[in-house]
Amino acid sequence: MSEIILQIDGKDVAASEDMTILDAAKKAGISIPTLCYHEEIEAYGGCRLCTVEADVRGRTNIVAACLYPVQKNLVVRTRSEKIDRIRKMILELLLAHAPDAFDLQDLAKEYGANKDRFEKDSSFCIHCGLCVRYCAEVKKKNAITFVDKGKTREISFIPEISAKECWDCKECFPLCPTEALQAAFVLAKAFTFPSSFLESAPAK
Amino acid sequence: MTRINSVAELEELRKGILSKKDPDKPCIAICAGISCLGLGNGDVISAFKEEIRKQSLEVEVIATGCHGFCEKGPIVVINPEEICYLEVKPEDVPEIISQTVIEKKVINRLVYTDPLSGEKATHMSEIPFYKNQMRVLIGHNSKINPKSIDDYLAMGGYSAFAKALLGMSPVQVLDEIKKANLRGRGGGGFPAGSKWETTRNAPEEVKYVIVNAHEGEPGAFMDRALFQGNPHSVLEGLMIGAYAIGSHQGFIYTRHDTPELRKNLDIALAQAEEYGLLGKNILGSGFDFKVEVHFDVGIFVSGESSALMRSIEGKAPEPRPKYIRTSVSGIWDRPSNLNNVETWANVPLIIGRGSEWYNSIGTERSKGTKLISLSGHVCNSAVVEVPMGTSLRDIVYDFGGGIPNGKKLKAIHFGGPMGGTIPESLIDNPLDFDVLSKLGASMGAGDMLMMDEDTCLVEVARYFLDFLSGESCGKCVPCREGIRQMLNILTNMTKGKGVEGDIELLEELSEVIGEAALCSLGRSVQKPLLSMLKHFRDEFEAHIKEQRCPAHSCKELIALEGA
Repeated sequence: MSEIILQIDGKDVAASEDMTILDAAKKAGISIPTLCYHEEIEAYGGCRLCTVEADVRGRTNIVAACLYPVQKNLVVRTRSEKIDRIRKMILELLLAHAPDAFDLQDLAKEYGANKDRFEKDSSFCIHCGLCVRYCAEVKKKNAITFVDKGKTREISFIPEISAKECWDCKECFPLCPTEALQAAFVLAKAFTFPSSFLESAPAK
Repeated sequence: MTRINSVAELEELRKGILSKKDPDKPCIAICAGISCLGLGNGDVISAFKEEIRKQSLEVEVIATGCHGFCEKGPIVVINPEEICYLEVKPEDVPEIISQTVIEKKVINRLVYTDPLSGEKATHMSEIPFYKNQMRVLIGHNSKINPKSIDDYLAMGGYSAFAKALLGMSPVQVLDEIKKANLRGRGGGGFPAGSKWETTRNAPEEVKYVIVNAHEGEPGAFMDRALFQGNPHSVLEGLMIGAYAIGSHQGFIYTRHDTPELRKNLDIALAQAEEYGLLGKNILGSGFDFKVEVHFDVGIFVSGESSALMRSIEGKAPEPRPKYIRTSVSGIWDRPSNLNNVETWANVPLIIGRGSEWYNSIGTERSKGTKLISLSGHVCNSAVVEVPMGTSLRDIVYDFGGGIPNGKKLKAIHFGGPMGGTIPESLIDNPLDFDVLSKLGASMGAGDMLMMDEDTCLVEVARYFLDFLSGESCGKCVPCREGIRQMLNILTNMTKGKGVEGDIELLEELSEVIGEAALCSLGRSVQKPLLSMLKHFRDEFEAHIKEQRCPAHSCKELIALEGA
């Protein structure tokens, strides 16, 4: 595979042509913040926190680094006044849902995001989809999914599948940047075994 | 029906159809567009059929597509004289049969009366509403039965397709479309010819062509009027496009909740297939093409090109996050050319009459005619077709009949929840893609919403965001969360709970959504609000600083004023 040279934050970076800006930056030791990215699963482009400036043929585009493919002579800026403004706003929007999530708090410090800027709506889930996609792509079980759309979109375990698959797995739990996943799981458990949801897993 | 194997046979068939049609035989064309059906035209149609059966008359009754003059429905046209009756009720039917159909007398009570001069107009072509339009796309609607391919053929249908297929090379067809400067009617105004060329030149062998009939925004109903009333005109355009692009598979993507359109589409496709206009070796040319119909799952974002294509693949209609155009990598990663209903319907006209003719209509950079759906505070809710360049004032006053209840026009909103608003002071501008976008409104799909002086634009901005909050897919943060917060702020404003800094916060949110959202829907949701802030900022400020609604529309603010 042929090598491509692009510029990230003023530094020449070598990348192979199947890489994204995020891949190339990682390889060069340049950090770009992400919330919905995971190495083992396909890039999603949902959180938009990895938004960067990319100059293509004299035009500056605002793109998601996790998805934008590298190209020859691409000039990327991972920080700028505008990029920081976008990231700050994204974090503030998410902090309205999960003000106590550690990942978000750390990032908020870096970008000066105010966790109280927007009215709280503590549904905890920030819809990064890591659990949903990990279960579908890595575990191939589809025990958890998104339901509904727009502002009412949420994650939900499918009781019939999760009753069989989740007890011994729970690999998605540590992926969750907030506490929402566990809450959803408890809910699914309650739906699946309404009489005994506080008991431990039944024998198979 | 027998299969047609050559252009000669097609012309033979056309001759046969025409020879069987008696031009003097009475034919009653009743509008069965959505509005007329809603106004009870189903009963009028049954009443006509019943009366004709009772009297054993030799009269044809056809339920046609939308005639456009929705405000005055149910509409009945008595052919061959083209006598046009408006606001017909089932009780009028026996009289129409005995007086007009049998005795050839006009019933004055049912014809058009000019609201100002009181002058009557008996024939469709004399009614000012129709007379001043240029109905090259939708004009056939009142003449043909949308369930009959023979009616379309009698009007010269499929001759442009035959001309392209056997008289022109695919590149010649493409060049003709490029020369015509046809721009996409779905909202973007992107040159259709360049889009076709991209798909044609994409390396992958298998390519797709798609009709975007996912008309979902509030106030847009022109595509359905055209597609339901004359499905073959769109199909013919799609077939010509497929030939030019080198595609053998077409898709029609539409809404699941339009049963009348669905019925007409199924019939149109079946009839075209029976005649061999779809299938293998069409008209003996060696060209193969077939078409499938797909339905949405009831969400506005399905109309976004990449979401639409995922939906056709059988997946959830979420926009695809890849930085690659669907014209190069669309359905199943194959080059896929998507155009809107009206764009496709322009194609047979361009091929049939030539790009020179097409270029003679319109403005320098916006050619041809445009279908417009008029709604809101306007006397005539209607579908009209006018040449590009027509002044907005003419559309509102000549075709729309002005603003009802003696009110003044305040603003016009174009393009629904992703469009923009212009104030009354700018309505002498022409209907033109580039002029409108310079004014901060995009033409959208051609839906014009008139707003009178009692309309509060804070409330309108809130309404559009409320619509979008349930119609975005909810995948990316800027769109999902940004809409939620903008909606909160605007809702508070309409309740007198706006605070200093709200407008600036709305502008900041707008910037982030416009720059960072994943798809074109997300990046457009702030547009109506921004256009309203541009032209009516003082109205937003009054809500915050004085807790006053200048249009006296926000109920909770009126209550505060009274207190």
